[in-house]
Amino acid sequence: MTDMVETLIYQRPESLQMVHTHYCPGCTHGVAHRLIAEVLDEMDLRRITIGVAPVGCSVFAYNYFNLDFAEAAHGRAPAMATGLKRVSPDRIVFTYQGDGDLASIGAAEILHVAGRGENITVIFINNAIYGMTGGQMAPTTLPGQRTTSTPLGRDVEVHGMPLKMCEVLSQLDGSAYVVRRSLHDVPNIRRAKKAIRAAFEVQQKGLGFSMVELLSSCPTNWGLPPQEALGWIKDHMLPAFPLGDYKIHPALSADEG
Amino acid sequence: MTLELLEGNTAFAEAAVRAGCEAYFGYPITPQTEALEHMARRMPELGRVFLQAESEVAAINMVYGAACAGVRVMTSSSSPGVSLMMEGLSYIAGSEVPVVLVDVMRGGPGLGNIAPSQGDYNQMVKGGGHGDYRPIVLAPATVQELIDMTCEAFDLAEKYRCITVVLTDGNLGQMMEPAELPPMRAVRSRADRPAWALTGADGRRPNVISSIYIDPVDEEAFNRKLMAKQAEIEANEVRFREFMLDDADVAIVAFGTAGRIAQSAIRAARDEGIRVGLLRPVSLYPYPYARVAELAKQVLAILVVEMNGGQMVDDVRLAVQGRVPVEFYGRMGGVTPLPDEILDQIRRLHALGGGEGAR
Amino acid sequence: MAKGRILIEEALCKGCELCTTVCPKDLIQIALDRFTPKGYHPAILVDPDQGCTGCAICSIICPEAAITVYRLTAAPARAAA
Repeated sequence: MTDMVETLIYQRPESLQMVHTHYCPGCTHGVAHRLIAEVLDEMDLRRITIGVAPVGCSVFAYNYFNLDFAEAAHGRAPAMATGLKRVSPDRIVFTYQGDGDLASIGAAEILHVAGRGENITVIFINNAIYGMTGGQMAPTTLPGQRTTSTPLGRDVEVHGMPLKMCEVLSQLDGSAYVVRRSLHDVPNIRRAKKAIRAAFEVQQKGLGFSMVELLSSCPTNWGLPPQEALGWIKDHMLPAFPLGDYKIHPALSADEG
Repeated sequence: MTLELLEGNTAFAEAAVRAGCEAYFGYPITPQTEALEHMARRMPELGRVFLQAESEVAAINMVYGAACAGVRVMTSSSSPGVSLMMEGLSYIAGSEVPVVLVDVMRGGPGLGNIAPSQGDYNQMVKGGGHGDYRPIVLAPATVQELIDMTCEAFDLAEKYRCITVVLTDGNLGQMMEPAELPPMRAVRSRADRPAWALTGADGRRPNVISSIYIDPVDEEAFNRKLMAKQAEIEANEVRFREFMLDDADVAIVAFGTAGRIAQSAIRAARDEGIRVGLLRPVSLYPYPYARVAELAKQVLAILVVEMNGGQMVDDVRLAVQGRVPVEFYGRMGGVTPLPDEILDQIRRLHALGGGEGAR
Repeated sequence: MAKGRILIEEALCKGCELCTTVCPKDLIQIALDRFTPKGYHPAILVDPDQGCTGCAICSIICPEAAITVYRLTAAPARAAA
């Protein structure tokens, strides 16, 4: 009989600080943070990576990651990341942005980093609502979805339809890797991690703009317990924001992510 | 001395290059676009960073990012574009990263026109963006001063970890004058960048650059730190020039182009026997309050001349504290006053009792 | 002895219960009899039949990266002399 030894299978990544976060219980920001940290550890990038935090629930992301970090004004993270990356092309630069930060106030900045093919990675947390400010409509809020600024449900006659950022940004020549994944169950979280890894590899290879949109939950502002919130992603967000690979640079192998 | 005929905008851009500026992010806006165009050609030649951003909002945030990396970085713009940068400037001030801005003022408010003005004195000198902060503001009146002050701006920004603004107008941006550029200064290596810079947490604890102080007590402590820094700047960095002030009965206080035009008027007035001189503030922040106060003990009246509706005049009145009359003459909307207009004002003041025998 | 074992760091656990929903063996429960320092009911491994396989699925869904996973694996063969 072979000897059996107890092996460490998984522990908290080094790229996360050992601190309690302020995120709500069950909020998938924690999952997204963890996946990014795991990827940075596995790719041994922690020491050369600089993150740019948004304004939103993840405004204090710099307290949670164990990396050099800058705090950007609302929506401006892609521009800050551009400045950082252009003067430090050998560093890995990523932004972490929510739906208001990226698709509302930051719409010009995200369009242009993709258009320029900026060699940065954007992690886009789409939970169809504004979390930090207490649950207002986001550009990605679904038709009929109740928020504090659409108390009767999002009326598309007034507010239009939700913005599909992967679909938009993948149209640009500078985009090298634009994919949408979800964090609503374990198989999807696994796929999300692979996509995050692929996105950072795209940056390493200098192929252009990479973005991973992650369908995420907001239990508190959706008014749902964590597990039901994940179910809401599956039932309501997947049809509106189809998962998939929207742009894959030809230099990347077909089965990445 | 190797004097060349240089256009203001091109001169300040090249001066920045010579000062070791490593990155320039900007957006076209008249009357300073020549600076962007010069940088577009020069920076890639030298292997440095140039990018035309999608807007001034983006530009100032790119500057912010690069400044966080610890490199010498600048942008330039004009009044409406600078308004767009105010959010970014406040964040930069709240993060204490060094940044240089050249503001080539034009007629306003709103879209206004592309003619020169001094209409953004209040905006720039009193901070501009939200919150309690003051950038250092230098006001050149010649292309040579524009060159020298742009170079100095980088040193001041780094010395105090603050924003330094070179505040000028379309006259200076567009005019051509003989001037000398300084020798090329090498760009700093990454190893020599400041300890606080974001360069990757390799062998050290992570650096975080943020303007957030969520606890009001901490925010106040940070603001006190900024105030202390300002006190140091006010003690050390006041700059002004004087012209024929020693025996003056009447003083003109004017900055930049207005000051330069006033000099011509003063020469003409002197020919008529009027003892008038010029105090030309060069640092608008820190303002030479002490010198103006001192001047108020010497002269019988002060005339402030500006290319706006009356902005710096408030700072003069603050220093004078009612001791002597302070009159204002201004042209607005992009109109540049002629020496004769100022001469008329000097004569008027002199006749009102600012002259001989009036004491 | 069980093939697998998990440690849940209670200082980080927010009692969100997501791990309790994914364990293939239903071995994780919320301890209603006590609180973490932050005031949450923590998740705990209840393993009376020693059935944990160390599959690590709980650690994949945990938003707090609070779970450390161990598993018995074959010891590495000795290197050839």
